[in-house]
Amino acid sequence: MSDVVEKTLTALPGLFESQTGAAKITNRLRQLIKSITELTSKHEEENLIKRELSAIKEQVSSPNTTMKQMREIMVRAMYCEMLGYDASFTYIHAIKLAQQGGVLEKRVGYLAVSLFLNEGHELLLLLVNTVLKDLQSTNLIEVCMALTVVAQVFPKDMIPAVLPLVEDKLSHPKEIIRRKAVLALYKFYLIAPNQVQHIHAKFCKALSDKDPGVMASSLHIYLQLIRESPDSYKDLTGSFVTILKQVLGGKLPVDFNYHSVPAPWLQIQLLRILSLLGKEDQSTSELMYEVLDESLRRAEMNHNITYAILYECVKAVYTIHPKAELLEKAARCIGNFVLSPKINLKYLGLKALTYVVQHDAKLALQHQMTIIECLDHSDFTIKRETLELLFRITNAQNVTVIVEKMLDFLRSCNDEHTIIHLIGKVAELAEKFAPDNSWFIQTMNDVFSIGGDLLQQDVPNNFLRLLAEGSESKEEDDQLRLYAVESYLTVLKGHTSHLPQCFLQVMSWVLGEYAHLQESVDRREVIRLLTQLLDQRSVSSETRVWILSALTKIPEGQTDLILDLAESLSSSQDTVLRQQAQELRHLSQDSQLREWVLPRGAPWDGIEVDSSLSFLDGFVSEALAAGAAPYKPPHQRQEELCEDRALNLEPYSFSLPVSLSSCSITDRQSPTLLSVSSGLSGNSAELSQKAGSSTLILEGVKRVWGKDGYLPQKEATAPPVDEPSAAVQPASQQEAAERIEPRPEPSTQNQDKQQLASSLFVGLGVGSSVSLLGKSEAPPPRFRKKPRPHESSSSSGTSKRSSDSSSHSSRNTTDSFLYGSFPEEEPATSISTFDHTPKSTTANGLSQNKDTKEDRHANTSQILGGDMVIVRPSTIQDKHPPSVSSDLTALLPADLKDLPHSDVISLTSDPSLSLSSCRLFRDEALLLVIFISNCTETVIKDVAVQLTCEELKTASLRGNVMDCLEARSTSVCHYALLMDDPHTNVSLTGTVSYQTQPGHTNTLPFSGTLSTADFIRPLVVTTEEYGKLWLSLSHDVKQNLKLLTDAGDPLRTTLNALKDALQLHVVDIIGSEGIVACRLLSGAPCLLHCRVNGAALAMWLRSPHPALPDFILYHCQRALAHH
Amino acid sequence: MIKAILIFNNHGKPRLSKFYEHYTEDTEQQIIRETFHLVSKRDENICNFLEGGLLIGGSENKLIYRHYATLYFVFCVDSSESELGILDLIQVFVETLDKCFENVCELDLIFHMDKVHNILAEMVMGGMVLETNMSEIITQAEAHNKMEKSEVRAALLRSD
Repeated sequence: MSDVVEKTLTALPGLFESQTGAAKITNRLRQLIKSITELTSKHEEENLIKRELSAIKEQVSSPNTTMKQMREIMVRAMYCEMLGYDASFTYIHAIKLAQQGGVLEKRVGYLAVSLFLNEGHELLLLLVNTVLKDLQSTNLIEVCMALTVVAQVFPKDMIPAVLPLVEDKLSHPKEIIRRKAVLALYKFYLIAPNQVQHIHAKFCKALSDKDPGVMASSLHIYLQLIRESPDSYKDLTGSFVTILKQVLGGKLPVDFNYHSVPAPWLQIQLLRILSLLGKEDQSTSELMYEVLDESLRRAEMNHNITYAILYECVKAVYTIHPKAELLEKAARCIGNFVLSPKINLKYLGLKALTYVVQHDAKLALQHQMTIIECLDHSDFTIKRETLELLFRITNAQNVTVIVEKMLDFLRSCNDEHTIIHLIGKVAELAEKFAPDNSWFIQTMNDVFSIGGDLLQQDVPNNFLRLLAEGSESKEEDDQLRLYAVESYLTVLKGHTSHLPQCFLQVMSWVLGEYAHLQESVDRREVIRLLTQLLDQRSVSSETRVWILSALTKIPEGQTDLILDLAESLSSSQDTVLRQQAQELRHLSQDSQLREWVLPRGAPWDGIEVDSSLSFLDGFVSEALAAGAAPYKPPHQRQEELCEDRALNLEPYSFSLPVSLSSCSITDRQSPTLLSVSSGLSGNSAELSQKAGSSTLILEGVKRVWGKDGYLPQKEATAPPVDEPSAAVQPASQQEAAERIEPRPEPSTQNQDKQQLASSLFVGLGVGSSVSLLGKSEAPPPRFRKKPRPHESSSSSGTSKRSSDSSSHSSRNTTDSFLYGSFPEEEPATSISTFDHTPKSTTANGLSQNKDTKEDRHANTSQILGGDMVIVRPSTIQDKHPPSVSSDLTALLPADLKDLPHSDVISLTSDPSLSLSSCRLFRDEALLLVIFISNCTETVIKDVAVQLTCEELKTASLRGNVMDCLEARSTSVCHYALLMDDPHTNVSLTGTVSYQTQPGHTNTLPFSGTLSTADFIRPLVVTTEEYGKLWLSLSHDVKQNLKLLTDAGDPLRTTLNALKDALQLHVVDIIGSEGIVACRLLSGAPCLLHCRVNGAALAMWLRSPHPALPDFILYHCQRALAHH
Repeated sequence: MIKAILIFNNHGKPRLSKFYEHYTEDTEQQIIRETFHLVSKRDENICNFLEGGLLIGGSENKLIYRHYATLYFVFCVDSSESELGILDLIQVFVETLDKCFENVCELDLIFHMDKVHNILAEMVMGGMVLETNMSEIITQAEAHNKMEKSEVRAALLRSD
């Protein structure tokens, strides 16, 4: 292929001569390019393009410019834009060209539009009509162009305008049009999924199109749909398998062959779809074993593209429900990949291994020598992928070797993206598998100095938290801390100018907190080292704050040094520093104050944190009284800027008084806070808050403001320490050092490689293969830090994936229907009139719904007498005691029986009919099942149920019309209801019409209420996913809720109560915090972060939907109030 | 899905850039520069895949490239595309260009930018692979060429 592009710019003159005729058209472009290629500097190019652009500008505005010239001008403009120069003045002309030109001009016009404009560009609106016109054109080329531009750039709001036309094209006789239409619809689906929901049937038709090309493009859509909800498309598995079989069998036209492989891209697509369908589903997987086997067999290793198919095949085999025979074949394939001399295949082999190693660790063992060779490969990508693989197989035994390899790689790597990605993994491994303290601290030192300021903030935060909170054993903690102190002192004694800020911050914090553990070191030395840092120019002002805070904590009796320092800083330009210097001076002079501010004995856990800052209430109310504007959290301010709508933070009377939310502490309202917060500067507090990662910093904050103003108080520092005897320390260090030593040095010698292999793959043997399957089964991590929510994937993952399964079934009847009974017998002549029958009581009943809600809950067991003539709409009737209810649920259709459901409750009744209902909680909708029972001994005819609710969408219904209902029998009809926009409660009304005698229609109205809670489903996420999601959500609400304190563990009790009342998923409960997730049917998620705050539960909700948190909060309040 | 298709020469001069996702003008230029920087320093006989740089989406995205004489063809794709599949797609693209331009060279790409874009549009539509069958792509492209030629002929006739 290389000879294809042999001709280079040197051929330029010859090319000009060879062109005739058409050459004139693009003469200007030729000149432009010719002159550009002759240029030598960027500056000259700039000048030339500027001249060119002004020439273009002149030409486009000239009335004499013909369409054909315009076409040429547009190409020149495209060229300029490609080089990165702004030619926005031509955009409008591009649109004009597309609007007015002939086919050729139109083509250039559309092309220019799709290159110049993006989906949101306002000029695109001008194109909508042209696109509409062209879609209806009889010229195929015009239709094609219009479809292409629609798929490339089209304003989202305008989709409804073209949608019907594009849909029509699905049945166009030309397959190229059908194919493009399918892709255009796929694009619509991606940007506005709900607008194309109704055409799923047509997608299905496209899938079975007689043209394989159309079918192939429809796979794009199915791949996406199946990725989103595999369960809904299981029935298509058979079709996909058949298609793949036909492709494999060579049933497609020869045109589709590529290097004599039948339709390889189509195969790849199908294999991906199958693996999604077969994942964790044995019965579906069984359908595809045969075709996968055939696929593996047929793909003979002869061309690149067959490898592509094989790779997908192998992945599919390992994704679906396992079958030994296939796994064996797939493993052999992976071997071929890994051992292949072709580097691309090696890469894919490694990728496949990385994927497979989670299922079958032995495979990595088989290829250990190849893996080790790859470690020293000259290709960066291969190396990186190898490390990724090693990361997956790390265990406590091989961690030192693997981490060493990763660090080696990172030291020689200068790609920022890779560094960020890998260094986080190193930190994770170090924390999880560290064999001893010295290794851990040393590794973290490397992490900090290599990762530097690229590090994600949670790496240092996690590390500090681990040091600070410690594990169960105090002695071990202190040893770790001690080692850290020693190690940092050594580091600081060396060259410090190159150390990243983040490392300096970590070191100064640790020294500030724990330097006192090390008795052999002179405090003056520590102070001197830290002070030295302050003098360095490269140290940022944020780091200076950290250092000063550390200095505040260290000195006892070193007043002279400190006073000197405070003196020198008191003239600093930085106000924060200056203030800290002041504090420092005061504290060092007044030892009593010091003792009070920094009590050296208080344990970490005992620190009481008033994160609501209630002590500021007085100050705030004074300020408010003095006319200050009330505080608004940043997101709210932002929102108000964007739109004139404010989030209502206190929507319901239920709320406890809102205390200032904890986020105000991170808001730099009072700069003093910054300096007060000990070693953890305010800035990092803000960062960690933003990252949603922890409240580490808040814990250090104590009373800062008092009645008299600022109380120069500091957080308590380390717990009292039983200083380990000096004799013990060296011994432990020595031991640690010895443990590091036998780290094998990699060399090209084969023997060394063998040795490396044995150290890398230790613990991967047959017996212990489990240890790397799930990290959960790995030996207990050395550092068992107190877990937190939002933690990054690190920490002992055992309890993380607690899956919530059956919160549905335990639901009680809170907030369910209200039942008024309206036993009216109002004869009507025909069914068609029942809509018009006035039902005054209905409205009445509805208006009372809300009021009676609370009562009803208390009275659920109350059964009124069987007197059917009561005409009191507000009366609560529960005619079916539980025993009857369970009878009714037996009538549920088989496919619904297994769904979690509410109790069956009577809706209404009259002498002939009685209606009961039951709510079934399906994942994507709420099923409202209505049981219609014939209470008489005669057949009731023409029964029809009609249900209306404005706020809800009815997705489907079944069985709402019956010709006849036998005597003493019950019929079931059900509605699938969707809630797109949350409402607190929605009321629904309905009527049943029936005929007891021919020509005599009775109507029976009913009504009820559904609450948002019925539409909430648990959102099962891992803590890690939760953390990510949390950050991406914009709307949040905070509120303090009642904490159920009657049981041993208030948080757990409260969350369980909430989980039972609403269908929430408790993701994790750690210490005094819990994270909970739910979503509105299959729509917007809502994340809840709960923290015990004194006697209250501080709840923080986030969702992409602006109103959803409010409603969920409301229901939480209710649930807790009822408890 | 394909996020971007970039062609640049050995000196990093862009010869074609097509983005299927919206980036600002500046970001696009930065992406081109960064991609060139990443790709150009790689040896000839190492693998054709590369983790994306910082700009074009981080670890989700991948660069898949081929180097032909003076030109780099780079496809930036997300994880839903098959690496080897895209690699062969580049091959199909180049072979198609070769057939359409009869021995394609860098200059063809410059002087017939619109044509190259149109050929590409027949292969990839809105970031999705539309057609991988070379003869089909050429048929579509030639239909347009014919139109163009007839126009030129008409113009020549008129001028006679």
